Amino acid sequence: MARSSTQQRKIINTAAAWAIGLLIFFPILWTILTSFKTEAQAISDPPVFLAFDWTLENYAVVMERSNYMRFLWNSIIIAGGSTILGIIIAVPAAWSMAFVPSKRTKDILLWMLSTKMLPAVGVLYPIYLIFIKMGLLDTKIALVVVLMLINLPIIVWMLYTYFKEIPGEILEAARMDGASLREEVLYVLTPMAIPGIASTLLLNFILAWNEAFWTLNLTAAKAAPLTAFIASYSSPEGLFYAKLSAASTMAIAPILILGWFSQKQLVSGLTFGAVK
Amino acid sequence: MATQHSRSVARIMMAPAVVLLLGWMLVPLIMTLYFSFKKYLPLRGGDLGWVGFDNYTRFVTSSAFWPSVLTTLTIVGGVLLITVILGVLLAILLNQPMWGQGIVRILVIAPFFVMPTVSALVWKNMFMDPVNGLFAHLWKFFGAQPVEWLTAASMTSIVIIVSWQWLPFATLILLTAIQSLDGEQLEASEMDGAPPLARFGYIVLPHLGRAITVVILIQTIFLLSVFAEIFVTTQGAFGTKTLTYLIYQRVLESQNIGLGSAGGVYAIILANIVAIFLMRMVGKNLDA
Repeated sequence: MARSSTQQRKIINTAAAWAIGLLIFFPILWTILTSFKTEAQAISDPPVFLAFDWTLENYAVVMERSNYMRFLWNSIIIAGGSTILGIIIAVPAAWSMAFVPSKRTKDILLWMLSTKMLPAVGVLYPIYLIFIKMGLLDTKIALVVVLMLINLPIIVWMLYTYFKEIPGEILEAARMDGASLREEVLYVLTPMAIPGIASTLLLNFILAWNEAFWTLNLTAAKAAPLTAFIASYSSPEGLFYAKLSAASTMAIAPILILGWFSQKQLVSGLTFGAVK
Repeated sequence: MATQHSRSVARIMMAPAVVLLLGWMLVPLIMTLYFSFKKYLPLRGGDLGWVGFDNYTRFVTSSAFWPSVLTTLTIVGGVLLITVILGVLLAILLNQPMWGQGIVRILVIAPFFVMPTVSALVWKNMFMDPVNGLFAHLWKFFGAQPVEWLTAASMTSIVIIVSWQWLPFATLILLTAIQSLDGEQLEASEMDGAPPLARFGYIVLPHLGRAITVVILIQTIFLLSVFAEIFVTTQGAFGTKTLTYLIYQRVLESQNIGLGSAGGVYAIILANIVAIFLMRMVGKNLDA
């Protein structure tokens, strides 16, 4: 009796969760499906779900119309570069906050977060001017630096909350066993910190990949990443749903695949101290 | 335990991050303040001298100012409300035993990976278009008049799009928090005959306090500066002009740097007011 009722609950839970999950995922699924339709089928009424003539034509058109590989390359360099640079700067900072806390640690952390609240648009023109003067407008290096700076507070905080959970007793135990500082860092702390660093890397990469204010406003032809590639499809021109879908799929596919493969890793570090 | 030596090492380790962020904050801020007291039109004469608080009075007395503040706060508030409530419910559901939990989690997390320009374009054209959008087909199927989403229900549409993007984040943080809940405590209260609603109100919700705080803090940071979703969909028309977008128009479209900079200072003040509230809340709830 009790068993069949838990079984029943499990069935209901499964049905509800799958329904909601598919509903949330549907816009992405629909975009991917539409990218394989002809333009006429893309707007047909009633809509066709799967029974259409699958075609790769839209991808060919998009590839021909814009240099996708260059946008993709720019995205990879900008997101990757800002992430690596950010981690190099954030790890020591978060490390010292977590292991050598002082009275001001919390204030510094909150101040860092508050810099993230400065509205980007308020300082757009000054930044624009600085980059023009330095000859860095529309360069990848400018975006690497800017995106590193805007995400730095978030990744310092994320790393800090992660490092803080590493118990101090383990360090003391290692010290009692006669471990040197070097060994302590190399063999005890690093292995425990790596999952947190990996998950921070991922989050930062996703945020940088998707950032759409600075990437749209500080780039033109040369350094534009995929956010700009897709924005060029924002003005409608005749029938364009299928091509828009193909371009959209091409812009999100790399990060979607990366995200899915690494979701366990990402989720395990994504607590921001929300769990005691 | 921390010796003098380790303290100074810690300070050196922290220095790059602190110095960089300080520079990132101060240099543009000072320049913005400087421009805000000038009449500065790069395409129409350039620097036309000091004008005192002229830009500030002009910006705040323009008829677009207060509506834009209200629009900004409505988007932040609306999205927070939707994502936190749905996030809690979804997290509770995903925490139940079921088949294919991993796949459901992958489906739910997916919108977080979609760049805002893409999601705004897809929603605008393929779902909310009053002629060819999927919603229009659906409405017609049920014999209803299709809604002109982005013109007639523009704010609702923007809130829907942005909520869709942020729901995964809220759900994930809340799910991790729920998973850390002590199962025995719940079971005990169930045996004592506490009804589900009471169990939710007295055990689950208080346990989620910290997680909800974190979700609100991080999302507010990002939502205050929502840009791409408006840039791609309405371009600030139909009552969707946020403060960010209003300033963007002054700076880039009308090329009035002085006026835009004064607006930037207002935006910074607004962000600080919100930040003070948030930091109070976080400081209490999140002993760092």
